[in-house]
Amino acid sequence: MSYIQQILFVLAAGFAIWLFAGNIRKIRRNILLGKEEPYTDNPSQRWKNVFLLAFGQKKMFRNPLVAVMHFVVYAGFVIINIEVLEIFLDGVLGTHRLFAGWSGALYIFLINAFEWLAVGVILFCAIFLIRRNIIKLKRFISHDLDGWPRSDANYILITEIVLMILFLTLNASDTLLQQRGYGHYAEHTTGNFVFSQFLHPVLDGIGNGGLVGVERTCWWLHILGIFAFLNYLPYSKHLHILLAFPNAYYARLWPEGKIRNMPAIQHEVLYAMQPGLAPVNAVAPDKFGAKDVTDLSWRNLLDAYSCTECGRCSSACPASQTGKKLSPRKIMMATRDRTEDIGRNIDANGEFKDDGKTLLHDYISVEELRACTTCNACVEECPVSISPLEIILELRRSLIMDESNAPQEWNVMFSNVENNFAPWKFSPDERDKWAEEMQ
Amino acid sequence: MHVPTMAEMMANGQTPEVLFWVGCAGSFDQRAQKITKAFATILHKVGINYAILGKEEMCTGDPARRAGNEFMFQMMAYQNIQTLNNYGIKKIVTACPHCFNILRNEYPELGGQYEVVHHTTLLQQLIDEGKIRLREGGSFKGKRITYHDSCYLGRANDIYDAPRKVLELLDAELVEMKRCRSKGLCCGAGGAQMFKEEEKGSTRINFERANEALDTAPNVIAAACPFCNTMLTDGVKNKEKEAEVQVLDVAELIAQSME
Repeated sequence: MSYIQQILFVLAAGFAIWLFAGNIRKIRRNILLGKEEPYTDNPSQRWKNVFLLAFGQKKMFRNPLVAVMHFVVYAGFVIINIEVLEIFLDGVLGTHRLFAGWSGALYIFLINAFEWLAVGVILFCAIFLIRRNIIKLKRFISHDLDGWPRSDANYILITEIVLMILFLTLNASDTLLQQRGYGHYAEHTTGNFVFSQFLHPVLDGIGNGGLVGVERTCWWLHILGIFAFLNYLPYSKHLHILLAFPNAYYARLWPEGKIRNMPAIQHEVLYAMQPGLAPVNAVAPDKFGAKDVTDLSWRNLLDAYSCTECGRCSSACPASQTGKKLSPRKIMMATRDRTEDIGRNIDANGEFKDDGKTLLHDYISVEELRACTTCNACVEECPVSISPLEIILELRRSLIMDESNAPQEWNVMFSNVENNFAPWKFSPDERDKWAEEMQ
Repeated sequence: MHVPTMAEMMANGQTPEVLFWVGCAGSFDQRAQKITKAFATILHKVGINYAILGKEEMCTGDPARRAGNEFMFQMMAYQNIQTLNNYGIKKIVTACPHCFNILRNEYPELGGQYEVVHHTTLLQQLIDEGKIRLREGGSFKGKRITYHDSCYLGRANDIYDAPRKVLELLDAELVEMKRCRSKGLCCGAGGAQMFKEEEKGSTRINFERANEALDTAPNVIAAACPFCNTMLTDGVKNKEKEAEVQVLDVAELIAQSME
């Protein structure tokens, strides 16, 4: 019997890991559809960001209460992995509570700690569900999340609660079997654990055979649940639990106010001003800014995959808050959607086959782009170092320079800047009139 | 009072300590000209050796770049950097956060490297050095003042404290808006919005922000950006509060209170 379970376990684990690895490879390929851009300078600052922003969740603490709840769920998720490691080894080796034999008191301490976390996870996930579905916080009922994204969030929370309940029931049935001195369960007496002992009265009516059945079922459902969840991640906003780390490492290390330079245009202008400097074979770039995700940098696409759609950006965005069509969260969701669509296109055709669509216009409208004040509120709020603003600006560049698509007032402003060296129609001779008035 | 230009200085074989970059709003906008005059008056009174570029100054290219017109931006940057480098400029002070940001963060990689300070930072330094002294019982003593963070000063460049420290000198009652510092709400002008009609929405951004400022029941809304100033002034007018509530730049508040 044990051997059959071992073989089934190894098969299930192998399949889950194979599937996951394949999906991650695809996501990596999709991200690298973006243009190359160096993000390797200053590694010490980058590692510091990984610890502060990803492990420490520094930005989350802008709202301390939510931060603590989120931290418990996250710690529960990460730390309980030590227990998952034991479950994994038990599964492969056909052992039972492998670590208990090695580290008696420490083991009991750890499992108790996991139970505290498990209860914390259940409690706070329940609160998160309430915030989303009953209290209906503004950023969670926004139209950005209509359809799948809203269900996605609920599925994640419900799954975490179910996994934790399975974990507690597993412990409860195990310790009860220990008390009854039944079979191999009696070999490692851990004593009762802090929370699962309260489930004993519920399980007490079940006979030994039935209880072993409960214990095994919980064990299998728990680990299979984790395997399934692992493979759910690549399709979900929940991928942030992995990508928050690289996204913090590759955070932009310059002031938020700085816009990415366009060296191609810098050189064009230089050669126009000083023709002597122009190389003989200078070629003008054929495209400006970004029309599609492949014109963005890989960094922007990593941002898109790291987004967990929390909406902190949009609830700080002055445009979103005054009813404009722009929502920075939607910019990130659209960028990921488009990247995924291109990825699927490549999977189906071997290489990208033009589908007549682009990120600009088909996924993100001109009206959205026009509403941005470049105030950086979205960038400042994002807990995982995403910049929706960079994407907005790249798309704006394409609109203006490739499509000459500007509102009339902007065209007037451009021509004023060009002819009068100021955005308004004033004579440059009057620039220091104020100074004359002070004489 | 005479405001010297770089050309004059050069002709006289003089080098100013700092260039006052006035910016387009500060040069042409009637309301912003008052801010420029107030700041020039402070520089004059404190005895700082400064100059302006005068007619040689051009738009930094900020609204063009943020609208998406990189060509226009690069043209302006090229010309300004030529002018600044020809004069051998080392230090620049400006009363416009947009000019400040672009000169400080975006000109260096194009060959324009200067020490750039915003006027609120310079004012704070002058106060710390004891060079700015205010009249006893100045005109803003005991008044309620709320400071509006400019995005291009605050989030863009992490300058939150300098303007507040300058305001502390006024012996006024400083009150914060609900959304302040890094959570401060934009006035609605940035990203070249100043130069076009706002997109369709439920309200205007400057109305939303001005209302939030008015909620603090202030006598004065303090700003540190000529564009914020315009937007907030319009928002205050919309609520018909312009008789009771003034929108003033930090430099104006100081200039009006100096000995």
